[in-house]
Amino acid sequence: MESQLVDKQAVQANRITDAFTQKSGSLLNVYFTAGFPNLGDTVSVLEGLEQAGADFVEIGMPYSDPVADGETIQKSNMQALENGMSLTVLFEQLADIRSRVSVPILLMGYINPVLQFGVERFCQKCQEVGVDGVILPDLPLDLYLDEHEPIFRHYGILNIFLITPQTTDDRIRLIDEHSEGFIYMVSSASITGSTSGVSDEMLAYFDRINAMNLRNARLIGFGIKDSETFQMANKYASGAIIGSAFIRLLQENGADVGKITAFVEGVRG
Amino acid sequence: MTVLEPQTSFEVSNKGFYGSFGGAFIPEMLYPNVEELRRNYLAIMGDPAFQAELQALLTDYVGRPTPLFLAERLSNQVGATVYLKREDLCHTGAHKVNNTVGQILIAKRLNKQRIVAETGAGQHGVATATVCALMGLECIVYMGSIDMKRQQPNVDRMRMLGATVVPATSGSQTLKDATNEAMRHWINNPVDTHYIIGSVVGPHPYPDMVARFQSVISEEIKTQLLAKTGRENPDYVVACVGGGSNAAGAFFHYLHEPSVRLVAAEAAGLGVLSGHSAATTALGKPGVLHGSRTILMQTDDGQVTEPYSISAGLDYPGIGPLHAHLFNSGRGDFYAITDDEAIQAGFQLSKLEGIIPAIETAHALAALPKMNMKPSDVAVVCLSGRGDKDLAIYSKYL
Ligand SMILES: Cc1ncc(COP(=O)(O)O)c(C=O)c1O
Repeated sequence: MESQLVDKQAVQANRITDAFTQKSGSLLNVYFTAGFPNLGDTVSVLEGLEQAGADFVEIGMPYSDPVADGETIQKSNMQALENGMSLTVLFEQLADIRSRVSVPILLMGYINPVLQFGVERFCQKCQEVGVDGVILPDLPLDLYLDEHEPIFRHYGILNIFLITPQTTDDRIRLIDEHSEGFIYMVSSASITGSTSGVSDEMLAYFDRINAMNLRNARLIGFGIKDSETFQMANKYASGAIIGSAFIRLLQENGADVGKITAFVEGVRG
Repeated sequence: MTVLEPQTSFEVSNKGFYGSFGGAFIPEMLYPNVEELRRNYLAIMGDPAFQAELQALLTDYVGRPTPLFLAERLSNQVGATVYLKREDLCHTGAHKVNNTVGQILIAKRLNKQRIVAETGAGQHGVATATVCALMGLECIVYMGSIDMKRQQPNVDRMRMLGATVVPATSGSQTLKDATNEAMRHWINNPVDTHYIIGSVVGPHPYPDMVARFQSVISEEIKTQLLAKTGRENPDYVVACVGGGSNAAGAFFHYLHEPSVRLVAAEAAGLGVLSGHSAATTALGKPGVLHGSRTILMQTDDGQVTEPYSISAGLDYPGIGPLHAHLFNSGRGDFYAITDDEAIQAGFQLSKLEGIIPAIETAHALAALPKMNMKPSDVAVVCLSGRGDKDLAIYSKYL
């Protein structure tokens, strides 16, 4: 039993960690909200992103009160909830996703729906359908370690943590120690979808983190929206995460594979 | 030797929990701000110079101590002795200012230049705008766009005091959404801004810090009741609960006095089961909102339910973690009061005692006849605010 679990964990962990060994940089992670713009679009968008060559996909689990998100993602969350999206529906939609795509999949969302679903049941479902990691911004490190880490480990689900320009070096070291896969590096003090652009302060922060020689790879997110910002991120990290800009594309064009491909190619430049 | 531990503690734990409720469920973006506050709030509050400044403001600016008034005609009607703790006589007209004077002094010690706040009824927004004017700090208040309409006088007061009032247009456009927007603002401005939360909600240390600033209410009740009746402890302390700050303040020094029943009045809106209610303990289950684990109105999928109450200050789908613990442990008695019951109680107090209460407060008064009190019982009601802001609503029932 024990060894079987360990094996599972190794297999699971590999899809995210493998991506970093197979490719040394310019990794692109694209976020979209499950069930958006239409309830049935989740799998089409996912397949579109794989075909377009995204290195990771991050599926947003919609929530009524997404405090770390700006207007674009908030609205996509509301729309998805109105469409009838829930964790139960999402796991149904993803039931045979591993026969269709091989791209590493992360689920991103807020802790309350996961708590109501049941943390263990959630991790078990993630493992069952082939989700590799999760990002839960309002589950901070200490509460994760106190209450949930053994369950995540048991099911081989990587929990990805965020750091920001205000995170102290000591805390970054602590987060690095407990992270597997990658560290989500929030580019500036902001919610998602900010348009503040690249500042000297931001570059100084990127340099500071680079110099720390962390054991985990880093992807930069928040404010990455096009080829220019993607290239900038690639100079300082293994790649980047795009969210709001892609949500705007889906809002305008729906789950159109051609448009998705053009978007991803455009970002890669 | 066995050491007998108390069964339940009502003090916050090191990690910010009351029983299983509380904690700090915050995104990493907020961690440095909340951690800065957590590391410093007790030391700052314990500093004699801080206490001297706070006490001077409470006395000369807020107008404390507020009276404890024996409401004789109401007592006759209710069939027990009822005292009113007159928080409505605080400067700005509600208990909210006890917290904002405290937090603005903390913000100054942390060298913050700007204040952000959420508000429901507008009382906390007004109390925040007031202390910002006093201290010369910039003030931004988020308020649900529905609440801006139903509490228009308070919007004008905030603007007159120099605050920027920003409508929260997402979700139910009430207190929950205003709180989301204030948190987003804080994420976007982490270094120079302090977030003055208006109730005993939010991530640790807010619930504890706000409860401590409001605890002056029960501190005064104890001495005043002793002077008037020869006993410190009433049989009941009664307060309305939105997030629960006036209740936390009124309960604070009685938490460990089991002979004192702690009575909380929640807003039932059109009725607990009507689908238009904010009766959190009746309808909710454990969940995480605005940084703490508490009792929360939510769907089976964990989406937060949009609450309803005629009272903007009680129109919130959660309660502070201390209150969730009081409810769960049986230490508190929770009553659900409908819009109509509250309005009637508001009119009753106006006619019997010449005091027009806030609609929030009227919910606490409406609990009195439901408590099965004996004639010898003594109840203290926290009269959390005055009703001037609510005249547009009351006048529909005239
Ligand atoms: C007069 C008055 N009482 C009570 C409340 C509810 O807040 P809390 O439950 O934090 O005391 C409010 C909130 O706006 C209020 O204005």
